[in-house]
Amino acid sequence: MNLGAQMNTDGPGSLRLVMTLAIAGLISGIAIIGIYESTLPTITANKARELREAVFKVLPGVSEMQQLVYRDGQLIPTEERRKDEQAVYGGYDREGDFVGYAIPAAGPGFQDTIGLLYGYTPQRKQVLGMEVLESRETPGLGDKIYKDADFVGSFSQLSIDPNIIAVKKGTKSRPNEIDAITGATISSKAVVRIINEAHVEWSVRLPLPGAEPPLREAENASAGDSP
Amino acid sequence: MKKNESYEEFIKGIWRDNPVFVQVLGMCPMLAVTNSAINAIAMGMATFFVLVGSSFLVSSFRSWIPKQVRISCFIIIIATFVTVADYTLLALVPKVHKELGAFIPLIVANCMILGRQEAFSSRYPVRLAVMDAIGMAGGFLLALFSLGAIREILGDGALFGFDLFGENFEPWVIMILPPGGFLTLGVILLFFNWFRFKKDEFLAEVAAAERGGN
Amino acid sequence: MDNLAWIFISALLVNNFVLTYFLGLCPFLGVSNSLETSARLGLATTFVMLVTALCAWVLNTYVLIYAPYLRLICFIVVIASTVQFIEMLIKKLSPALFRAMGIFLPLITTNCAILGLAIFATNRGYGFVEGIVYALGAGIGFTLALVLLAGLREESELSNIPRLMKGTAMNLIIAGVLSMAFMGFAGLFSSA
Repeated sequence: MNLGAQMNTDGPGSLRLVMTLAIAGLISGIAIIGIYESTLPTITANKARELREAVFKVLPGVSEMQQLVYRDGQLIPTEERRKDEQAVYGGYDREGDFVGYAIPAAGPGFQDTIGLLYGYTPQRKQVLGMEVLESRETPGLGDKIYKDADFVGSFSQLSIDPNIIAVKKGTKSRPNEIDAITGATISSKAVVRIINEAHVEWSVRLPLPGAEPPLREAENASAGDSP
Repeated sequence: MKKNESYEEFIKGIWRDNPVFVQVLGMCPMLAVTNSAINAIAMGMATFFVLVGSSFLVSSFRSWIPKQVRISCFIIIIATFVTVADYTLLALVPKVHKELGAFIPLIVANCMILGRQEAFSSRYPVRLAVMDAIGMAGGFLLALFSLGAIREILGDGALFGFDLFGENFEPWVIMILPPGGFLTLGVILLFFNWFRFKKDEFLAEVAAAERGGN
Repeated sequence: MDNLAWIFISALLVNNFVLTYFLGLCPFLGVSNSLETSARLGLATTFVMLVTALCAWVLNTYVLIYAPYLRLICFIVVIASTVQFIEMLIKKLSPALFRAMGIFLPLITTNCAILGLAIFATNRGYGFVEGIVYALGAGIGFTLALVLLAGLREESELSNIPRLMKGTAMNLIIAGVLSMAFMGFAGLFSSA
């Protein structure tokens, strides 16, 4: 029972105080760098796998993907992206032919920001699929934008010429219309609006159909974990 | 005697001085993640790890840490454990980490953890400090789990994602939304108040009876 | 512009720090027994949040891109010392201002709402202007929630409440009802 050890009445010198903090900081730094270095490979792999899965979901029939960074007015296939640069993902089939773009988009939803990824083919001006990546919509109502299979499914081969329109359930009559979810109209419309806004922004940036950047061979070879 | 002492430190955190239900501490980031039982357990485990780890270190080094910089040292130790917990959860269970999100770093700001270091670990030997931390963290985990389970059962009709009531149950959605957190904790505190009043009344009755008997 | 307005309203009403994120509950339940104290605490918190947003931006831009794993420790240490420094500055420059909000400053630094603000702003990748607007919204939202609760508590002091309900239990239930009222703000932007 060495209770009184720290009750030093004359007080330690300031050097001792600084030393104590420095040593505490040093040990803590080593511990943090250790855990960071040892978990980083798993974390990076998890994130890459999640992204691949999402891209493959919104672009059916795709077996390869690469990041396309929008730089100096064109799309450049590269893994390096600066913080202020925007990127889409190009999806390619087994023969290496271009299938479509997976485009990330975000905007205000009912409760908070909704982040999503949608697949787009410029040849047919169609949305091929949609996956919500991030949302805090109301459980049981707004969360149907990713839990309702009918709603998510209706984003396949949906014409986006010139834009998508959400209509009341059951009144869909044109190829660019989509049934809103009953009880979650605002969330459904938010999803549609987020895609439309991203479409306006990206359609001027994407190259003409047929001139898409080809799949880089180097990346194809390095992507040894393709299914 | 020694065994009793450790047991005493352990049990007080679980029930008599339960950090959430009795002391009403450390709720800040906690109510937000108790919308399902599994999230509550993940958060409780992370807090458990941080509290027990920091208590062990603080108690071990208590004679080397000068009094003037003790709070800074405590915070550095706690923040290190939280960072470790954060990265471990991110690597092992990315889905749970996504749900808890920004609330894991906020364990640092949990007043209960710093409070235990200041009030207990920095004054008592390692064995007692660790028992105290396990008791407090266990009580905290228990409290989080009850909140999470109640909110998930009422708000989603399920527990750990398994449907409990079948198709006819209309989920009480408000319970998994933020107001449900306030209301559930409020009602549980009401129950604890009621329990305490009953106990006081009972003790008063016993005392009166004894006086009458004499 | 539209984006900044959404950030502000979102932090102020739709995703109010206290009523939907449960941040800063300790002062929310502890201090909110008088209107005046609450207003002053709210003001001081808003101020510290602005300082925090500034610190977080500087750290994120110049330090943490090289060492992301030091984020938590950096935030805590830098925010605490900056606030302490400002506290000394205010004490020197304006004793009146110090009396109004100075005593709260050290208390606020350990408040989870402050750290929460820094972490949320980082996670959302906010730039300088966005960060400041976010801090302003969050701070005013915090003040709003605090003042509302204090007002209700002052009223309830005079009413006849069952003995069981008195104290934290009733405050939490009041907060729950307030939180329900704030849910009505959801969809403010997306329905437009």
